Amino acid sequence: MLAFLLRRLLTLLLTAWLATVAVFAVLEAVPGDPALLMLGVNAQPDTLAALRAQMGLDRPMAERYLRWTAGLLRGDLGVSLTYARPVAGLVAERLVVTLPLALLSLAMSTLAAIPLGLLAAARRGRGGDWAVMGFAQLGVAMPSFWIAILLILLFSVTLGWFPAGGFPGWEAGVGPALKALLLPAVALAVPEAAILARVTRTAVLDTLGEDHIRTARAKGVGRAAVLLRHALPNALIPVATVLGLQLSFLVAGAVVVENVFTLPGLGRLLYQAIGQRDLIVVQGVVVVLAVFVVVVNALVDIACAMVDPRPRAS
Amino acid sequence: MPNRKPRPAAAAGLAAGLLAALAFGSALGGAPALAQTRADVVVGMALEPPHLDPTAGAAAAIKEVTYANLYEPLTRVDAEGNVVPALARTWTVSEDGLTYRFTLRSGAKFHDGSVCDSADVKFSLDRARATDSVNAQKAYFASIAAVETPDPGTVVVTLSRPDGLFLFHMASGDAAIVAPESASTNKQKPVGTGPFKFDRWVAGDRVVLVRNPDYDGPKPALERVSFRFISDPAAQVAALKAGDVDAFTLFSTYEALPEFRNDPKFTVTVGTTEGETILSTNNARKPFDDVRVRRAMAHAIDRKTLIEGVLYGNGAAIGSHFPPHRAGYVDLTGLYPYDPAKAKALLAEAGLPNGFDTTLRLPPPPYARRGGELVAAMLAEVGIRVKIEPMEWAAWLEKVFKGKDYDLSMIAHTEPLDIDVYGRADYYFNYRNDRFKALDEELNRTQDPAKRNALYGDQQRLLAEDAVNGFLFMLPSVTVQNAKLAGMWANRPIQANDVTGVSWK
Repeated sequence: MLAFLLRRLLTLLLTAWLATVAVFAVLEAVPGDPALLMLGVNAQPDTLAALRAQMGLDRPMAERYLRWTAGLLRGDLGVSLTYARPVAGLVAERLVVTLPLALLSLAMSTLAAIPLGLLAAARRGRGGDWAVMGFAQLGVAMPSFWIAILLILLFSVTLGWFPAGGFPGWEAGVGPALKALLLPAVALAVPEAAILARVTRTAVLDTLGEDHIRTARAKGVGRAAVLLRHALPNALIPVATVLGLQLSFLVAGAVVVENVFTLPGLGRLLYQAIGQRDLIVVQGVVVVLAVFVVVVNALVDIACAMVDPRPRAS
Repeated sequence: MPNRKPRPAAAAGLAAGLLAALAFGSALGGAPALAQTRADVVVGMALEPPHLDPTAGAAAAIKEVTYANLYEPLTRVDAEGNVVPALARTWTVSEDGLTYRFTLRSGAKFHDGSVCDSADVKFSLDRARATDSVNAQKAYFASIAAVETPDPGTVVVTLSRPDGLFLFHMASGDAAIVAPESASTNKQKPVGTGPFKFDRWVAGDRVVLVRNPDYDGPKPALERVSFRFISDPAAQVAALKAGDVDAFTLFSTYEALPEFRNDPKFTVTVGTTEGETILSTNNARKPFDDVRVRRAMAHAIDRKTLIEGVLYGNGAAIGSHFPPHRAGYVDLTGLYPYDPAKAKALLAEAGLPNGFDTTLRLPPPPYARRGGELVAAMLAEVGIRVKIEPMEWAAWLEKVFKGKDYDLSMIAHTEPLDIDVYGRADYYFNYRNDRFKALDEELNRTQDPAKRNALYGDQQRLLAEDAVNGFLFMLPSVTVQNAKLAGMWANRPIQANDVTGVSWK
């Protein structure tokens, strides 16, 4: 187990380092001058030079990379070129929107998908199965942003129950903040739930075909007990793996939904920072996201390894 | 062992629970009650400002939040585009146009309580023209030779050369007066002298301003103003309809306007901006270095159809680089009437009877993307085969604007009175005309408005005759607002959302 954990830690560090090299190289290669973006079309050459010096962009590339990574090792993500604020603060400010949003939609999709998948497996080939798989097919086909627009039209414009977007901030109270996150969470949860329901169904069906299930049935265990006590726990391993992937996707991929609902999340920060060529912010956010994804996957692997000893051996 | 069946009802119950949660959620926050007289307003804007210091950035959104609300310059531009007093109560200009003597408002105070006097004005102007200045419009301050402060209430600015636009430039957000103590932190905690002061910034969502109780001038009717940033067009429409925003300025989802016009809850105003939208042309590149080719393109573009297609009819055609609402405008839209046959003839005359291939590099705004498609189709009619290359802002600025690596582009030039860019040798049009430069120098020596307008007229004619760029249309200033809201600016003579005169009916 210890060797397994060490391997995971090493992978994490290597991935994080590769992420810093990749994001730095890409941002160096794409055209775009942060100073020019900031000062616009009437800026004089001397003003641009002054701003570049102020931003530290007049230093050689290697020096800038080393300075940045040295900062990262000290836990310092640097100072944003446009917002003139520490990146760590910006990221933290946005994580308190994106993380609850991701967790909320993960909870919703799990709570909806596992019972639905179980139901479909139990009713294989019958009406219930068809209904669930029909929903899943539809859910996979509909992109989140489109569901988002439909939800806004129904619940904000027609019914007036929810704000059409925006975020009041947690300081406005848990109620209003959650209210602002609910529709976006549903928009994100529907496609996730659809995928998860299908995975659960397949996993449960696979398990149902195994020997120990037949033995249990032969011993006279009831259908429901077989399904819930014997099939489901075994089926949860592939489900958990997909769930881990989905959490990463939810955090990194909420960009579109955050834009439709104008939520000040991490995705929107990244999107704006790329547009403004705020290199320091883009680098910081990408590294944070990369580490997050690797950590979540590692946690899922470790959890699975604790339940199922096979992956540890490899 | 009891033989329990799995319950499909449980799954259905969960789904129902989700819906119930939605209904419950709506009760959590409570809909904002519509009180009889509200003292707050929520104004929607497409883009969020990167920071809130107008003296250190070109982003229009910075000025759209702060101009006249938070910060004040010496002079300012009002809703009609006139230069009127702001921090300077009055001023006199010497006979030779070289000395400006400003008398400041005696009661002006910064939001941190400190007095705003001539030392602050000197600091602000000197900071903007210093060698390490990062002012986006440093050129506005280039004519200043010295700033003197004979007493706390007086500022004397001496120019090195006459500058006909000096008072106009001093009225820009870039010339906002700031205090030495707060200048370096204004990006995040803006401190000005305006009728509103900064309350908070929910990054990514809104900036909130509150009424400044210590303002020495007329106090605004509103107690609180929130600027909400919504970039997605569908979300903008939804926010207006849901009542989340009371007004949306520079609204560009033109196709949604009929819907708002037919709804008595909303008022739609279509005003003017300073945004001349042009088909930027690289005058140094073949075949665009031939005036006949540029004139052929002018004849090939049907501006009426273009305005219909891009702005749904909400915009005025232009024939040169000057807005129709300004004094000094000359109507040159008839110089190159839409005439594909004439365009072909001109191309043949220029030795291009079979047309030519070219590329059109487009920045992100929807008017450019939509307009670019239409212009390309119109040019194809006369044999000019256009390849469209969409670009993001950073790449456009780097390649097209700075690198001058382009054939054609499309962009709105939104700075007020910016016809002078045609006199800059290094500007991305690559246009060089000594007569234009001479007119520019004469304009700088001229104070008399009538003479200035005549000179502007000559410049416009020159640009139209040379067909420097494709002169297309003015971007409109469209505001969709709650019908009960009064005092929003209809026109955009300067980048601003001045809410100091806004109130509820």
